[in-house]
Amino acid sequence: MNNIVILPIIIPLIMGMILVIFRKSIQFQRWMSLIAIAAVGSTSIYLMTQIKGHGMQTLQLGGWQAPFGVSMVADMFAVLLLATTSFVALCCLIYAFGSIGRERESYYFYPMFLFLLTGINGSFLTGDIFNLFVCFEVMLISSYVLLSLGGTKIQLRESIKYVLVNIISSFLFLLAVAYLYAMTGTLNLAHLSVRIAEVGQDGLMTTVAILFLIVFSLKAALFLFFWLPGSYSAPPTAVAAVFAALLTKVGMYAIFRMFTLVFYHEPQVTHLIIGILGGLTMVLGAFGAIAYWDIKKILAYNVIVGVGLIMSGLAAFTSTAITGSIYYLIHDIIIKALIFLLGGTMIHLTGTSNLKDMSGLIRTHPYVGWMFFIAALSLAGIPPLSGFIGKVLITKGTFEASYFWLGGIGLLTSLLVLYSVMKIFMNGFWGETLLSEDMEKGTTKGLMFPMGCLLAATVALGFGAEGIHEYVSMAAEGLLRPELYIEAVLGRNPMP
Amino acid sequence: MKKPNDIILHAVTKVAVPIILAFSFHLFFSGHHNPGGGFIGGLAIASALTLLFLAFDIETVRANIGVDFKVVAAIGVLLAVLTGVGSFFFDAPFLSHTFDYFNLPIFGKTELATAVLFDIGVALAVIGTSVTTILSISEDR
Repeated sequence: MNNIVILPIIIPLIMGMILVIFRKSIQFQRWMSLIAIAAVGSTSIYLMTQIKGHGMQTLQLGGWQAPFGVSMVADMFAVLLLATTSFVALCCLIYAFGSIGRERESYYFYPMFLFLLTGINGSFLTGDIFNLFVCFEVMLISSYVLLSLGGTKIQLRESIKYVLVNIISSFLFLLAVAYLYAMTGTLNLAHLSVRIAEVGQDGLMTTVAILFLIVFSLKAALFLFFWLPGSYSAPPTAVAAVFAALLTKVGMYAIFRMFTLVFYHEPQVTHLIIGILGGLTMVLGAFGAIAYWDIKKILAYNVIVGVGLIMSGLAAFTSTAITGSIYYLIHDIIIKALIFLLGGTMIHLTGTSNLKDMSGLIRTHPYVGWMFFIAALSLAGIPPLSGFIGKVLITKGTFEASYFWLGGIGLLTSLLVLYSVMKIFMNGFWGETLLSEDMEKGTTKGLMFPMGCLLAATVALGFGAEGIHEYVSMAAEGLLRPELYIEAVLGRNPMP
Repeated sequence: MKKPNDIILHAVTKVAVPIILAFSFHLFFSGHHNPGGGFIGGLAIASALTLLFLAFDIETVRANIGVDFKVVAAIGVLLAVLTGVGSFFFDAPFLSHTFDYFNLPIFGKTELATAVLFDIGVALAVIGTSVTTILSISEDR
């Protein structure tokens, strides 16, 4: 029994509900949501030390024994993502203070932000497939509201598409859970893993696995990413940054969990499909990133490239590749938030998202310019910065698994990613200064601090990769050895 | 044009609403041993309120039931979560529920369970959400 595990889920939930009651006072809402997210962050760091000392932390809700009740499991992989999520959410929240506007703030922006975190944290911590579905829904419903909040024309158009796609994928998720329940008779992830290991993953089970892959691919934008560029360029910057940083990551987390814990018996089928999808995702995403002259579109396609790269680490399914994927996942959460915030700041300053209409921002905003430069290098994976180590390990892992084509695509798309963000940098920041200070549409007042924090994090993650290596390798070990997870949930004598 | 006189509708509503409310309370309390519970109980109460909104106008009902239903929903969820948090103080896992038998004045020996508090939270959340939906659609002019 360990009630700390549930705190990252219920702290934002309780605080969000309190903020619904006290809707009028904006200052109160700001401070309380800050405190709540900071509390979640410190809880996850405490959990990290606990897991390092005593192994995975589990909590059986209501005291019911494992396969019968709902289990909450905090393993190192989940907690690393939880800590990164809290940090990024904190930065985006501070950015929202200065940019989101009074109108949205007074219509439940902060409660919805906290409910979004409730869903994300719940998805990371749950040990039960149906509970995962519920947490997905909590996250998605909050994201529907955040996407459409404000009610501009483009937001409404994109939220219709987004809601439609996600309702269909949620329906498929439910269908897949029903099939799985009919075949195994359990919903607990650890127990599912035991049952499938006993009877073997036959063709029917592999089909269900692929159905799950389709479901989570729709959420994680793995190949089925047609909905993403539109809906991620509609909401205001702070919300778009949270979406880009966190929403697809939850889908990726679910793919990792399902295909390392439950469906790991037929990697030559399922993991090869993941690899092919990942390769296609990288190629198509990179094409999209270099094709557009619109900042929002370029950045949205960069999210897609990241998904493909992380998934190719899972496809290789070696210790090196999984470690690389975890590194890259953490890096990707931070850098996607940072680059969306920077791009949003450029749009905020110039009043346009078209690169051809802006130029020479570096003269009036040198800090934003150089921050964007460092973020762009980090995104592409230039050595001292945080994108490097993950990319190297993923490439090495794919070569070890003799998926040379996959590693090759990963390296090639890095070049295209670098080209796409450098296009933003060179067109937006260099050249003749078109706007003088007083012609600008907005200021960077209050926006620099959160971006500075994220930049510091990405630099620190690059230089301090050795420092968190112990945690990352522990997370990778937890993913590659499902028996550790099963033992933590079911105890030493697994259920029949 | 003359305003139509809804005296029959009003009279029937005044009789029907208490019956619906009584039935929904019955549904709510029978949840543990028979079909029913917080969700359906809350929906039945919301249907009684909807009937009031249909028979009278929204302003009249608002004047008599002066609560903000968004706050009702929030309080409901808070209540449900806090019954789970309550188990923290008894060194039990989150959402552990307990029950005991009490000798109440009128009912005699009665089983009281903390799961009822959770269900009250669910019912309040359902009432708050459904009434808020109905009101915010109807207020759209």
